[in-house]
Amino acid sequence: MARELPQLNNDEITRYSRHLIMPEVGLDGQRRLKAGKVLCIGAGGLGSPAAMYLAAAGVGTLGLVDFDVVDFSNLQRQIIHGTPDVGRSKLASAKDRILAINPNVHVETYEVALSSENALRLFEPYDVILDGTDNFPTRYLTNDACVLTGKPNAYGSIFRFEGQASVFAAKDGPCYRCLYPEPPPPGLVPSCAEGGVLGVLPGVIGVIQATEAIKLLTGIGEPLIGRFLIYDALRMRFRELKLKKDPECPVCGTHPTVTRLIDYEQFCGIRPAASESSAAQAHGNGLEITSVALKQRLDRGDTLTLVDVREPNEYQINRIPGTVLIPLGEVPRRYAELDKDAEIIVSCKMGGRSAKAADFLRSVGFTRVLNHKGGILDWIDTVDPSQPKY
Amino acid sequence: MRVTVRLFARLRDITGASEIGRDVAPGATIGSIWRGLVAEFPDLAGYERSISSAVNTDYARMDHPVDDGDEVAFLPPVSGG
Repeated sequence: MARELPQLNNDEITRYSRHLIMPEVGLDGQRRLKAGKVLCIGAGGLGSPAAMYLAAAGVGTLGLVDFDVVDFSNLQRQIIHGTPDVGRSKLASAKDRILAINPNVHVETYEVALSSENALRLFEPYDVILDGTDNFPTRYLTNDACVLTGKPNAYGSIFRFEGQASVFAAKDGPCYRCLYPEPPPPGLVPSCAEGGVLGVLPGVIGVIQATEAIKLLTGIGEPLIGRFLIYDALRMRFRELKLKKDPECPVCGTHPTVTRLIDYEQFCGIRPAASESSAAQAHGNGLEITSVALKQRLDRGDTLTLVDVREPNEYQINRIPGTVLIPLGEVPRRYAELDKDAEIIVSCKMGGRSAKAADFLRSVGFTRVLNHKGGILDWIDTVDPSQPKY
Repeated sequence: MRVTVRLFARLRDITGASEIGRDVAPGATIGSIWRGLVAEFPDLAGYERSISSAVNTDYARMDHPVDDGDEVAFLPPVSGG
């Protein structure tokens, strides 16, 4: 970073006084922060606390990439957004909050999905990329784009009560692919929407990411390069794995085979067109039933066995009257409880788990199984709006 | 010889334990320990190609040998944000 450092005005000197009196930061470090540019991928659970602390710390330019709208179910953890922001764009809401914390920050917003087409261009002006995305394709994309542009990635990721953090793609350090060369098969690892997440968890991990970004910008301390931090909130324990750059890594190794951005949806085994056509096929084959059609058949008095394959805590929140609860994981050992000749409707939250359960039941000889399309959320939208959604 | 296996995230949910002690034969590798776990908990099978593993807090590949008293960790990727 050979660029000339900006001066601080008197207001800024007062604002950052607790930094300035520490020799590790001092006036020079604070000026480096002011010159610094951090791009947050995602203004959600991780991006919220990270962006707020980076703004408060005096990082001069904060970029935010997101294309989502604030939802009530975000507020339990995405603290950059407030109740009055529900329905607003996350970027507009986040920008307001950042400027309320520190009007000296220059905020750049990019209301797009990060893609192989735009990532390199978006990353270019920034010093540090902060990965706060919520899906594997974007995580591999962020990693590869960091390696290709030579930008360090302040990485964080969360699952239920556990978090991970590291700094990837720093000079001579390992990248995400050195640790996880192959993405998991689609659907294997639950997202926060499917698996839940403790609201405070992204606070801890997002603030670790912000800490690393600040250290990288100021050049102080020992960054998390070559170290993979694992946090367990339930046991309140941090563990650390030592990680080396893999010479055979396809992106950052000595003979890289990935030299430009690829199709990350395909890399992660997600092919939207294919899954839509198989869903259409399922519908065309008469293997699915809509909420409205199901209601009509129930009202008509048809004899149907309704099986809900969600978890008991989800079933407590909302349910279709008369359903039997058999969580997806228990279906293989409990299917004998069901009558093979009965007409069975399988339901879950959105229709994904129930499709798996329906496939399984058919594979063990059930002949009259229908998947409830759209699950309980669609049921509430189209049949019974009195029940709460989650 | 005896090793301690540490499991994280979804692997912990599947096995119901974050720490498991195992007696293994001399010549065991991370991979042979993993396959032993999969035999006990078949739901782990789908994770094989995408987990990372470590011996005594150092990242290591599946063919890495394991010694008596070692701690072997298996970490699935997580993507939440």
